[in-house]
Amino acid sequence: MKAAGSKMKKNLFPLLLLAGLALLPLVLESNYFLHLMILFLLWVVIGSSWNLLAGFTGQVSFGHAAFFGVGAYTAGLLFHHLQISPWWGMALGGVFAFLVGLPFGAICFPLRGAYFALASLALGEGIRHIATIAESFTGGMVGIMIMPTFVSKVPYYYITLFLASLSVLSIQLIMRSKPGYYFISIREDQDAAASLGVNTTLYKNVSLAISAFWTGMAGALYMNYMGFIDPHVVFSLHDYSVMAILVAIVGGVGTVYGPTVGAFIMVAFQELFRTGFFGLFAFLGKATGVAAVTALGDAVKKAHVLGFGILVIVVILYLPNGVVGDWEKIKRNVFRIHPAK
Amino acid sequence: MAFFRVEKLVKTFGGLTAVNGVSFDVEQGQIFGLIGPNGSGKTTLFNMISGVYTPTSGKVLYKDREIQGMKPHKICKLGIGRTFQVVKPLGRMTVRDNVIAASFSRVNSMGEARDNAMEILDFCGLTPVKATLAKSLPIAGRKRLEIARALATRPDLLLLDETAAGLNPTELLSAMNLIRRIRENGTTVIIIEHIMHVIMTISDRIHAINFGTTIAEGTPKEVAANQAVIEAYLGTDYA
Repeated sequence: MKAAGSKMKKNLFPLLLLAGLALLPLVLESNYFLHLMILFLLWVVIGSSWNLLAGFTGQVSFGHAAFFGVGAYTAGLLFHHLQISPWWGMALGGVFAFLVGLPFGAICFPLRGAYFALASLALGEGIRHIATIAESFTGGMVGIMIMPTFVSKVPYYYITLFLASLSVLSIQLIMRSKPGYYFISIREDQDAAASLGVNTTLYKNVSLAISAFWTGMAGALYMNYMGFIDPHVVFSLHDYSVMAILVAIVGGVGTVYGPTVGAFIMVAFQELFRTGFFGLFAFLGKATGVAAVTALGDAVKKAHVLGFGILVIVVILYLPNGVVGDWEKIKRNVFRIHPAK
Repeated sequence: MAFFRVEKLVKTFGGLTAVNGVSFDVEQGQIFGLIGPNGSGKTTLFNMISGVYTPTSGKVLYKDREIQGMKPHKICKLGIGRTFQVVKPLGRMTVRDNVIAASFSRVNSMGEARDNAMEILDFCGLTPVKATLAKSLPIAGRKRLEIARALATRPDLLLLDETAAGLNPTELLSAMNLIRRIRENGTTVIIIEHIMHVIMTISDRIHAINFGTTIAEGTPKEVAANQAVIEAYLGTDYA
């Protein structure tokens, strides 16, 4: 009975979270916080996609910015050149990201080891340069601007929430079926997987395809929402490729809900630093009149990358499986909750 | 028609010839033993049969079909299962999930895979540890899991690579018992084994190799009495 109850609770929690998120705009009037929530949900999509490929299938990617950027540019360019609504571009953004990933997977996945990781790094950086150089087609460094469809942030919030829920749900369903079992068996041991009838090359490509598709959708949605992209924004190595990895590591690599938790922590963390702890330092500096405090506040604002570094070090040292992966450990050591024997 | 046959199999790695023209026939329903000193090419033979290596020359015939050079996952689908000498558990999966993953080679739905896995776990005596992570199993359990996983792919021919090595006498008896029961279910078994009393008791026929070439084949009794086999194992001084 007890086990059944805890299982119910486990299944109920994501639903409660979803309901809470769906009701949020009704109580949250601030555009600023809504913007942060949209960013958080975008990161849920990107982090979960990265996690499917790297966390579950064991194929680490350093180039998810490529899929994100290709998705964003698909939506942007279709509108720019052909006046096709960027919302159509959203579906196609996923497809094009998938098409870009395909030849890379086809070349790298019959091989083992670091080849895919290295090639994915090259893919992200290469496409960024192509987007910069091909000015007549992509606008180069000038970037692409489109008029946002909605003035209010609420519709974007719901669309992003829908995309995030759909991507997480799809990954959860996949992980409970044949492809999911095959992905994990590839991660654990490729020789064993092959001897059990797993076409390892094919399933690595399937994982890449799904991962690239969702990331491309997220990119196209970003184009719609922000209304402006340039190569340095959407193909950024540290803002997307590396951030995708951090989101998954902090939340829990190889867990379905890890990237969701990681996305929340990372977006909150980034904002905390970017705003100097929401203006706390600036306020203290003014209140006390000590110039050093104000200066420290400015330093904190500039140090958000350093903050990420420290956060990741702490997570790797104390929660190597991420917040979700080591949840039992957190319960035991932080909340002092011991499982009933 | 031959159920399973290898013909003049050769495998070279650079200048080293690991297997040099080995041929044998296995009849359906047999337990076929493969013996030889360390480094004589037994595992290389298995790797060629299961598709891990492509033979340099020669043929592998299974149910009248040439299968040499096929990919391992295709060979698994054809009905040849294998275990690894150095066990390869899917460590961060439970024992049950290991066997479910293998069951998906025959069925597509989760329900069928789970049913198949439970049946196999029961058959192999792994039901008590089904929720344990594979990496935390002791060696006897891991060896058993290797067999269970291979069986879950529903093979007609099972290649067992030293599944008895490292087991204590009690575990050894139950492992031999398991192999006999696998054969009773209609699965043909080719077994590599160093523990002589195991291979001599359960094999119907034994094929002995040394330095990649055949030195003897016959019933366990014939092979045990064969001069070349005794020399290979004990050296010419003692033979």
